[in-house]
Amino acid sequence: MDFTDSTEEAAFRAEANAFLSQHLEPKKGAATRSGNYLQRAKDWQKVKAENQFAQITWPKEIGGRGGSSMQQVIWNQEESKFDAPTGPFAIGLGMCVPTVIAFGSDEHKQRYVQKALFGEEIWCQLFSEPAAGSDVAGLKTKAVKDGDDWVINGQKVWTSGAHYSDYGIVLVRTDPDVPKHKGLTMFIIDMKQEGVDVRPIHQASGGSEFNEVYFTDVRIPDSDRLGEPGMGWKVALVTLMNERLAVGGSPGPDWAEIMDYARSSGSMSDQAFRAKLADWYVAAQGYKLTKFRTQTALSKGETPGPENSIGKVITANHLQDICNSAIEMQDHYGIISDKDHAPADAIFQESFMWAPGLRIAGGTDEILKNIIAERVLGLPQDVRVDKDKPFSAF
Amino acid sequence: MNFDFSDDQKFLRDEARKFLEAQCTSAHVRAVLDDDAMSHNDEVWQKIVEMGWLGAAIPEEFGGLGLGMLELCVIAEELGRVLAPVPFGSSAFFFAEAIKLAGTDEQKAELLPKVADGSIVGCLATTEGPGSLSASSVQATVKKGKLSGTKLPVTDGDIATHAIVLAKEGSGIELYVVALDQDTVSRKSLKTIEPTRSHAEMKFDGASAMRMAPHEGNGMEVLDKIMNRAAVLLAFEQLGGASRCLEMATEYAKERHAFGRPIGGNQAIKHKLADIYVKNEVARSNAYYGAWALSTDATELPEAAAAARVAASEAFWFASKENIQTHGGMGFTWEVDCHLYYRRAKLLAVQAGSPAVWKEKLVRALEHKNAA
Repeated sequence: MDFTDSTEEAAFRAEANAFLSQHLEPKKGAATRSGNYLQRAKDWQKVKAENQFAQITWPKEIGGRGGSSMQQVIWNQEESKFDAPTGPFAIGLGMCVPTVIAFGSDEHKQRYVQKALFGEEIWCQLFSEPAAGSDVAGLKTKAVKDGDDWVINGQKVWTSGAHYSDYGIVLVRTDPDVPKHKGLTMFIIDMKQEGVDVRPIHQASGGSEFNEVYFTDVRIPDSDRLGEPGMGWKVALVTLMNERLAVGGSPGPDWAEIMDYARSSGSMSDQAFRAKLADWYVAAQGYKLTKFRTQTALSKGETPGPENSIGKVITANHLQDICNSAIEMQDHYGIISDKDHAPADAIFQESFMWAPGLRIAGGTDEILKNIIAERVLGLPQDVRVDKDKPFSAF
Repeated sequence: MNFDFSDDQKFLRDEARKFLEAQCTSAHVRAVLDDDAMSHNDEVWQKIVEMGWLGAAIPEEFGGLGLGMLELCVIAEELGRVLAPVPFGSSAFFFAEAIKLAGTDEQKAELLPKVADGSIVGCLATTEGPGSLSASSVQATVKKGKLSGTKLPVTDGDIATHAIVLAKEGSGIELYVVALDQDTVSRKSLKTIEPTRSHAEMKFDGASAMRMAPHEGNGMEVLDKIMNRAAVLLAFEQLGGASRCLEMATEYAKERHAFGRPIGGNQAIKHKLADIYVKNEVARSNAYYGAWALSTDATELPEAAAAARVAASEAFWFASKENIQTHGGMGFTWEVDCHLYYRRAKLLAVQAGSPAVWKEKLVRALEHKNAA
């Protein structure tokens, strides 16, 4: 057992770190979104792509590095130490473009992959709907064939970055008379075209990072279809498989931040708080070290086990618990979220209002536990009364 | 990055599992459970002695196999899976590790080879009454090499031949090695919630006690270091038990039908078992880190050991109680093994200090690190 890099890994880490130091400032606290964040993100993406750091595991022919998963992990670790504006590209390059690569035509790949990789075009993912969240396959947005085009009507929701995206991948119902999973089709959609209406969602946290997207008679050429008509669910599973690799990481203050605050405020003498602090540390360490186990498997060229699936269930709940405790520790004063008054730049108050969303986004706690129970422990699937009946019957 | 056991260590684990599944079955554990006169299963114990596992982490110069701490961790997990009704932990995790860390050269030379070959059985005698252990709770006293006082409960105390005893001498606290075959030592078996491991009340009335390497009265600090080592090993034993509980609950949830389908198809059961899985993985990762710190004598050992112990105690407790719940009424019968894990989980959670004690140790270690 050891935590040191192999010689090759150490060399790659040093190379990555030298490159990052040359272009970015080290991160101090949370990543900043100041300035023209979108333009900074595009510029940084371009620099990465020009130096083959944009998609480490992609083949060189399409602009990747042809590197290993382990190198991608090392890159992610090093990049996270810097104030890197990566947000706007995470979904596109992590989920959408890999789907285009897997299911698109040669023309699609030539048209879209390089532009996305070099930060010229941003992609979003349009799956969720008001009546189809955890049960995405129950979506209702419909597409009807009209000549060489498909005509789309309906509404998507929770679309990150739709307001600045150039393209998206959209999952729609093309056949309502077959069971729900069998009547879906995936398309590439031009987000700037007539009939696409993007409206920001006013979130419970007060901000507006997500959108509703309405489609009114939007025309998509049949040539922009990804996979056969009716095969959309299989295509979506490939996209979502990539999501689980993309989502994760630390979403806000953890045990170290609340301990810092407790020390400065004299709360370390509270025995009940000390016991909770120990629990948070154990859970955070548990998740961090579990990632090391995954990394070890990658480093040996093995397929990681299912242990990484514990991640978001732990982190989202602990974030909520930590923020709750931090506020209660401040007593009545803890409700103040004004940064001029609130301790620690109000990170606890801000994250307190974000935490409920984190427990839902990218798979709710309940769905993630279903996944662990069904795919890791092999328990029977939930009852699905609509599974074998035409979608239109419901 | 190699945060995993080696192929050789995994081979040892597979061999140990095969061996124990054949040689230490539920029937072997229940023989001790159902017979008040049985302190342990000697048939199982002798076979384990023959395997040489007691000497896995004892250096070859002291008669051990000299494999290392990681190998002992691997064995601990397997013993935990099958609830081995033997004094392995007392002798190998507590007694041997204490001698290795704080024994005199003579004690090491005399005692370690005998622990390794099973000719003596060691135990640790610290607790005297309810509440967590502290310098002020120690009443046992040594004067001129003679120990007087009472310790209870002493895990495996009625099988052991030797004990490490915590006692006062003058104004300080020290650790002593006491041979238990003296007339001045009397032992009485205690009824406990965990009858597959025996416990004794141990009375000393002027028993000869050999002080461990002189520590100038700071025996509590030395004990703390011994406990850090034992905590990692216990964490693996706990992890083995917790893993087995999840397997039992999962198997049962697939087989048991209610309302026309397996109960494991219901989310209330699925989410419960997913929660066990999450806690077990957190415990496993923390235990591995503890193993790394233990095997490399890392300065991180205090927080690594404490985190391993807190995570493992929580995981085994949660898995053992929810395993009973998943089994429903069957789980509350004497004949089904669920309660054996529930009993063992609680013994292992408090044997070397309760979760509250270890949480406090963990936070102190974090404060110390943060201040440095």
